[in-house]
Parts: sequence; C-alpha cells; structure tokens
Amino acid sequence: MADGSIGLWTVPLAVLGGAIRVSTPFLFVSLGECITERSGRINLGLEGTLVMGAMSAYGISYVTGSPWLGVLAAGITGALLGALHAGICSLPRVNDVAVGIALMLFGTGLAFYLGKPLIEPTAPRLPAIDFGWWSDVPQVRAALRVNVLFLIGLALAPILYWAFRTTRWGLLIRTAGESSDAARAMGHSVQLIRLRATMVGGFLAGIGGSFLSLFYPGSWNEGLSSGQGITAVALVIFARWDPLLCLWASLAFGGAAALGPALQSVGVTSGYHLFNAAPYILTLAIMIVTCSPKRTLTGAPAELSITR
Amino acid sequence: MDFGRISRRHLLQGGTALTLGAAAGLRPAFAAETTIGFIYVGSRDDYGYNQAHAQGAAALKKIPGLKVVEEEKVPETDAVEKTIESMINLDGASLLFPTSFGYYNPHMIKMANKYPKLRFEHCGGLWSDKDPKNAGSYFGYIDEAQYICGIVAGYTSKSGKLGFVAAKPIPQVLRNINAFTLGARLANPKATTQVIFTGDWSMPVKEAEATNSLIDQGVDVLTCHVDGPKTMVENAARRGAFVSGYHTNQSPLAPKAYLTGAEWNWEALYPKFVKMIAAGESIPNFYRGGLKEEIVKTSPYGEAVSAEARKHADDVKAKFLSAEGYAIFKGGLVDNRGKTVIAAGTDRGQKDPELEKMDYLVEGVIGATS
Repeated sequence: MADGSIGLWTVPLAVLGGAIRVSTPFLFVSLGECITERSGRINLGLEGTLVMGAMSAYGISYVTGSPWLGVLAAGITGALLGALHAGICSLPRVNDVAVGIALMLFGTGLAFYLGKPLIEPTAPRLPAIDFGWWSDVPQVRAALRVNVLFLIGLALAPILYWAFRTTRWGLLIRTAGESSDAARAMGHSVQLIRLRATMVGGFLAGIGGSFLSLFYPGSWNEGLSSGQGITAVALVIFARWDPLLCLWASLAFGGAAALGPALQSVGVTSGYHLFNAAPYILTLAIMIVTCSPKRTLTGAPAELSITR
Repeated sequence: MDFGRISRRHLLQGGTALTLGAAAGLRPAFAAETTIGFIYVGSRDDYGYNQAHAQGAAALKKIPGLKVVEEEKVPETDAVEKTIESMINLDGASLLFPTSFGYYNPHMIKMANKYPKLRFEHCGGLWSDKDPKNAGSYFGYIDEAQYICGIVAGYTSKSGKLGFVAAKPIPQVLRNINAFTLGARLANPKATTQVIFTGDWSMPVKEAEATNSLIDQGVDVLTCHVDGPKTMVENAARRGAFVSGYHTNQSPLAPKAYLTGAEWNWEALYPKFVKMIAAGESIPNFYRGGLKEEIVKTSPYGEAVSAEARKHADDVKAKFLSAEGYAIFKGGLVDNRGKTVIAAGTDRGQKDPELEKMDYLVEGVIGATS
C-alpha cells in the first residue's frame, strides 16, 4: 500500500471500473435495439450508427466547444440513420437484416470519410462526476469517476421496462412486434410505429457513440468501436429483449472487457487471449444452454424476420 | 438469365481495360516527372505508424519534380495488388512504398515480378536473395530509441514501476519492451516494466483499460507499441502519469506529461532513397539502420525530464552515433524466468539476425509472451 499499489485488489476494482466505463455504449445501443426489435424489426446497422455518432459528437464538440451539443448531434445523426433504415425497410420485399448490414458499412465508411480531419484535433470532453470523494485511494476514485450518460442509461433501463409493460405506446410497439395484423386491425400504421421505434433506437445508439469519442476512451479514431455495436445488437438477443437484462448484460460485458488487462497487470499472464475472449465465451455458453430446436427463443417478438 | 446484358457488360469492361492498357503503354514516353506511390494499411493521420510514413511522403512532396500519390486503409490482401496496379497504370508511379508488414509476401513480390522495370520498397520485410532484384526492404532499429526513452523513464519514475501497453508478443515488440527495460535499469537498477498485451494492433478500449490497470498498480511512466498511441497517451496523462511516445511525436496531445518518445525518421530516409535513384545508384535491397543512419530518432525532451536524465540519455545516444556503435543486448543477459538468453562474452550487435527471432522478456519485465 505504501508505494501506491493496491495489489490484487486491482482486479475487482478494474472489473467494477470497467463495468462502469466500458458498458455505457453497450447499454445505449442494446436499449435502442431493444426498442427497435420489440416493434418487429432488426437494425443491424447500429454499428455504423455508433461510429457515426462518435464521429459527429467529436466533430460538433470540437467546432462548438460544447460536448453536450455533440451528444445531441450524435443522437440526431443516429435518428436520421434509423429513419433511413426504416424508410428502406418499408418498401415491399426488402429484408431488414440485409439493409442493416448495408447501413453498417455505409455508416462506418461515411464516418471514416467525414472524420478524417478530426483525428488530430482534441475536442472538449464530457465531464465526470466524482463518486469516489469519500475514498483516499486514488485507484478507487479513478474507478468511480462516472459520466452522466452512464447514469442516464442506468435510469433508462427500468423506465423502458416499465414503459413496455404499462404505457400505451409500449403496448403499441409490442403489438407491432408480436402481430402486425393485430396492430393494423386496431387502426395503427405498423410502418409508422416501426419508423419511430427505429429512429429512437438510432438516437440512443448515436448517444452511445458520443460516449466513446467524448468520454471513454475519449478521442476519435477509426478503430474506436472495434465491433461494439455488433456485440450490443447480439446482446439484445442474449438479454431476451428485456431492458433490465440488457443493463445487466452490458455491465457484465463491460466488466469482462476489463478483466484481461487487469489480470495481466497483477501478473496473471498466461492465457490472456482466453480472458480477452471471456465475454464471447459466456455468450456462446448461454446461447447453447438456452436454445432449443423445438421452439423459438423465449421473449422473441413474433414478427422478427429471424423468428418468423 | 439474361445473356444479352451480361455479354454487353463484359464487352464494355473489356473495352475499358483495352483503353487503359493502351494509355499505360503510351505513358512512359511522356513521363517528365517521377511519381511515387505510398500505400498505408490504416489512416495516415493516426498519430502512429501510418502517420510516420505519411510524414516521410510529405517530405518527398516538397522536392520539385516529384509527384506523390497515396492510398490509405488498404488491407493486407490482394487489394494491395489492385492498388499497386492502379498506381502504376493510372498514375504512372515508378517507385512504390507499400508500407505495411503483410503487403510484402506474396503481394508486393508478385507485383515486382510483373513490373521488373519499376522499383518497390517495403517497410519491415525480410528481403532475401530469392526475391526479385527490383524489390527491397528497409526497416529501422527503433529499439535504440526505446532504450534511450527507457533511460529517461527510469529517472522520471518515482515508484520504479514502468508500464508498456503492447499489441502482440512478436519479436519486434519484444525487442522494444526489452530495450526500454534495459535502458530504464541503467538509470534505476530496481526498475521494472509491467507489460500488458491487448491482442491486436488497434483496440482503443482495451488500450485504455490496460493503461488504467497499469496506473492502478502504481505504474507512473507508460509507453506502448500499438498502431495508434493516442488512446494510451491521453488516458495516462488524464490519470497524472508520464508518457513516452511511439511512432511519431505525441507531445501535442499531452504537453506536460510527455517525456520523450521513439520515433521513425522516414522524412530523412525517403529523400535519401530518391537521391540515390536520381544519382543512378542502387538502393541496397536489404536496408537497415538505427539512430546513426537517421532511420529512427527520439522526440525532444519534455519539461518534466531532469537534467541528470537528459545528460545520461544524451551520453548513450552519442555512443549509438559513434563509429564503433553500441550494443543493447550484451552477453550475460538473463530473461525474466532466470534463463540465460545471451551467453556471457557474446554481444549481439543490432544487425545480428538472432535478435530478429527474439522470443523472451528480459529480467525486470513483468509479463509473459504467452
């Protein structure tokens, strides 16, 4: 302790800190995708939305000097990409998975193209709230520096859970996702519901991207996302389309991402590739244990193209 | 299937190819200025490996009579062959720099065989006698610069704990880690370097996590060997640690925390190559060098570097620059498992091919290669 090191305590602390720092993009993308998929459509393009969100947030924050405007811009960019996805998917005989893949490539490509001049400058970052003020240990203080976006995500999960169950628009989204015929019979436009759900999903994914570039790791470069958007989309299936489970799954993935580096830092050096792969092994294991050839996944919206 | 349309399309494609071929055939007669092609695997302003090459390319742009064409983010697949073909046939490039490791074999070799009159220079490859004579490989002993950075880090660290965020345990990376550690132990014989391997060349979230974990362990000076050091430099500086850069000068990102760094000096080497060609000399097919040959350099010292550290570092740098040179990896070297890896009495100079096969971490490094 005297030399400022906290020894093996690094590992649980790093996993906690990682869960807080790394999970936020997962959380926003998975909550957004949860809304979209509950309405009966899959948007695989959220990886592109995440990267576009990160780029536009960084650019706007750099130009205006206000990171919060950057967050807003990221959300709007995401919503526009969501509208594009929904618009194309509303045409007859269009497969939403294929459109999603196309938009994923489009989003990342456009972000790399527009983001070229943004790699060098340093933009103002989002502030952090210091929840570790009570501790004298600098490591604890560092782990508990929490960004407001994480807290918003934390609050959003139970709100969505509640909204899906009890509110009118929650019911509408679920109806569109479970049986578009029923929604149509009630006199609602399924396309309009899905358009809105995809736009909200894109908005949240864009905000997730702004966290990447404006808070942690906290700068714009082309390897920034390294597949986190895709992981988050898969996470929704893993979380059985339940916003609360999305929260836990995001925290688990965030913590797992910190596990590999933390174990190496305390001297557990063998098999670090295995530890780095921990979240994916966990996902595979759960998928294998819970899947069945006899029925569709529990909780899957019936209108999804993968379950239909 | 609509055969009519397909054959028409093929006809059009064939026609275009013919026109291009004819244009390419005519071109050399008009070639008044020399065109040089640069191909990067990543973004050329990544504050890292690719930016270092792009700075070298920028130095060539200033020379009159030279035209530089560049393409970024070209994968290490046959995509690079297409890029080379288009640079040759459309832009008229006569000297090509495919700068990424994976471009060399088979892609660049294939192109060098196909265009025997043009010159190909590859960064990092191992040219051998079997390879075409119009191809060459060059590289720098950047571990010399890392050794000097290690000295500075050893003096600056209060805890004696240094951190190294590395991508993969391959010889080039291990050589840097070992040189950095040996340098640091000149300054502080008790210094240790904690290594974290992230598993790939560009993993910003893992690099940030590794940086945080190292600092949590009491590490107060960090360096790295990943493609873009920006993430490590910014996150370490935010936590109040000092950093030593890599690839290019990252001091604008963290002016107070930046000590020094191991940089490529391509802006000195590339004009040298061009002069050799202009003078009718041939560039050696296998070209290597370190500080003395001006292929690598160190960043200017930051304000936090003490006078004592500067003096020691400058003394060692002078030894590298001297005629007799200086060996980093000297006999009696023990790895971090206690095994003697270089027997007493045998100094391994920089050009020793044994060093290109390095698979150990020296005493003082905390970490393992697998």
